[in-house]
Amino acid sequence: MPEIQNYTMNFGPQHPAAHGVLRLVLEMDGEMIVKADPHIGLLHRATEKLAESKPFNQTIGYMDRLDYVSMMCNEHAYVLAIEKLLDIRPPERAQYIRVMFDEITRILNHLMWLGAHGLDIGAMTVFLYCFREREDLMDCYEAVSGTRMHATYYRPGGVYRDLPEEMPRYQPSKLRSRKEVDRMNRSREGSLLDFIESFTDRFPARVDDYETLLTDNRIWKQRTVNIGVVSPERAMALGFSGPMLRGSGIEWDLRKKQPYEVYDRMDFDVPVGVHGDCYDRYLVRIEEMRQSNRIVRQCIDWLRAHSGPTMLDDHKVTPPARVDMKDDMESLIHHFKLYTEGYCVPEGEAYAAVEGPKGELGVYLISDGANKPYRVKVRAPGFAHLAAMNEMVQGHMLADVVAVIGTQDIVFGEIDR
Amino acid sequence: MSRRIETLAARLGERFNETLVRADSSCGELTCELAASDLRSACIALRDEFGFELLMDVCGVDYLDYGATEWTSYRATETGFSRGVARREVAWASRPLEHPVPMESPMPDDLPSHHDKPRFAAVYHLLSIRHNYRLRLRAYCLDDEAPVLPSVVDIWSSADWFEREAFDLYGILFDGHPDLRRILTDYGFIGHPFRKDFPLIGNVEVRYDPERGRVIYQPVTIEPRTLVPKVIREDSRYEPAIEEPPAGA
Repeated sequence: MPEIQNYTMNFGPQHPAAHGVLRLVLEMDGEMIVKADPHIGLLHRATEKLAESKPFNQTIGYMDRLDYVSMMCNEHAYVLAIEKLLDIRPPERAQYIRVMFDEITRILNHLMWLGAHGLDIGAMTVFLYCFREREDLMDCYEAVSGTRMHATYYRPGGVYRDLPEEMPRYQPSKLRSRKEVDRMNRSREGSLLDFIESFTDRFPARVDDYETLLTDNRIWKQRTVNIGVVSPERAMALGFSGPMLRGSGIEWDLRKKQPYEVYDRMDFDVPVGVHGDCYDRYLVRIEEMRQSNRIVRQCIDWLRAHSGPTMLDDHKVTPPARVDMKDDMESLIHHFKLYTEGYCVPEGEAYAAVEGPKGELGVYLISDGANKPYRVKVRAPGFAHLAAMNEMVQGHMLADVVAVIGTQDIVFGEIDR
Repeated sequence: MSRRIETLAARLGERFNETLVRADSSCGELTCELAASDLRSACIALRDEFGFELLMDVCGVDYLDYGATEWTSYRATETGFSRGVARREVAWASRPLEHPVPMESPMPDDLPSHHDKPRFAAVYHLLSIRHNYRLRLRAYCLDDEAPVLPSVVDIWSSADWFEREAFDLYGILFDGHPDLRRILTDYGFIGHPFRKDFPLIGNVEVRYDPERGRVIYQPVTIEPRTLVPKVIREDSRYEPAIEEPPAGA
């Protein structure tokens, strides 16, 4: 009888289901996983070290590039940490805009997750549908910040500018006739808020569409039910957060429990799973999209009724208006100092966390009183989730590894930093 | 929120006496410092008696340059500010650099660091879901040359990768960690890149060598630059309020 040995298999870093650059070294007993050892760091850019060499505001753009499918939420955590140390609070309108864009970002992220997760375990159609909706939300990003992804829109003291009164429109071209362009521009006639509102009108039906494709789908259930089960106790010991924690049945959402900005005025529900498997986490995220949609609607209503500044009027921290600089010496000095040296943040340390789409995204900031942070530590939710990979896939089949990677909603920008 | 933090601080003071020292903290957060030798017993007590079920983060910190500035204006108003930065001695390299960068003496009027505690520390962020509060723990490593802390992996499983990261980036050794390997840096990387004396541009760069037909490492060819100097301004807005002397004194 020959002795049967375990063998080691290399998965990634160039595998389409590895969500970027995950290298997994799998010890296999036949088709079964005995041990999984994720090798990370292939996307390590030392963001935190770079932040130490730049004034505070110049790092906001790097934050977008951490979790590059939920850009504004990353900015939010960083900006909140600075605001905590400076002891400032942005104007109310800016807070509502932030909440609205946080939720738009959550929908963006969950759509990306759903599409990729579906594609990984065999559902092609969902991917295409998800990207159709993502396109509209990307347009909102573009309208408000000028970029489709890396917005750099949140600033300490508010948001960079107010919502635009006009939505960019498509132009007819060789490829698109006038008639087709008119049809595409129908929801873009008004302001950005009108466009987002029309999106929120049609979005719940779109989520229903995804659900008809997946929720009762036999293949989908075979691939996700009872896969990667995490008990509530283990989920806490492993440092889970966000949908991974709620999927295991723990009701914990920073938006409810430690509300920041104006989340305490929002009416929404927090979905919680029961079994802690991939299917429950799927249901949790689907429901979160619907709830985000509700929050966005509440923000739209408020923003329509209330106007006001979107940036604090404290020119030690926020730049003065361009017009003032033309004939006001002090504004000119403020502008010059702000853009050459930045502002000094009082000595101290702060930890600000937001409920990102993937979980608790925290920024721990140490300042020694200078115009650059002394230490920035980004607490990425995916980092803790991926660390649990070994525990989650042990005893599962090779094909289930892909389902577990999908359910963890891995994005390497934030894990490798 | 702040009242609950005070209650927690009082309870912690009762339970731990001298072991857990409350540090100055701003922003309504609770920070405690403790000796490395007490870390494990305190963590077990915090988890089991105070309900801190989650370890959210472990963060290594290097306090080498704390409070040090790159530029003070007194001298530079006459001379201007040089954006070139003096390279520090590369600790690991035994062979000389191919393109040595001229060593410049650091600016004489730079403010030195005023940190009087050990150089390395690990900062633990704890969260209690049951009671909905957070706690920050800081433990300094006594030895600056070989920083060691006890591992808390068996108390919170999430510490596994966080400690590996702190080891990788700062070289803090976690005693009792089952598998303390590098995690974020390249295979075979030398040095601990987040230490303050590790240059931002790194020590080596990678390129393809057509003669040898393979990818090689070579000393970096770029020069470090400071685009915006680090300054600390005295700002009266953030000074602690000076108490008015009582009238008639």
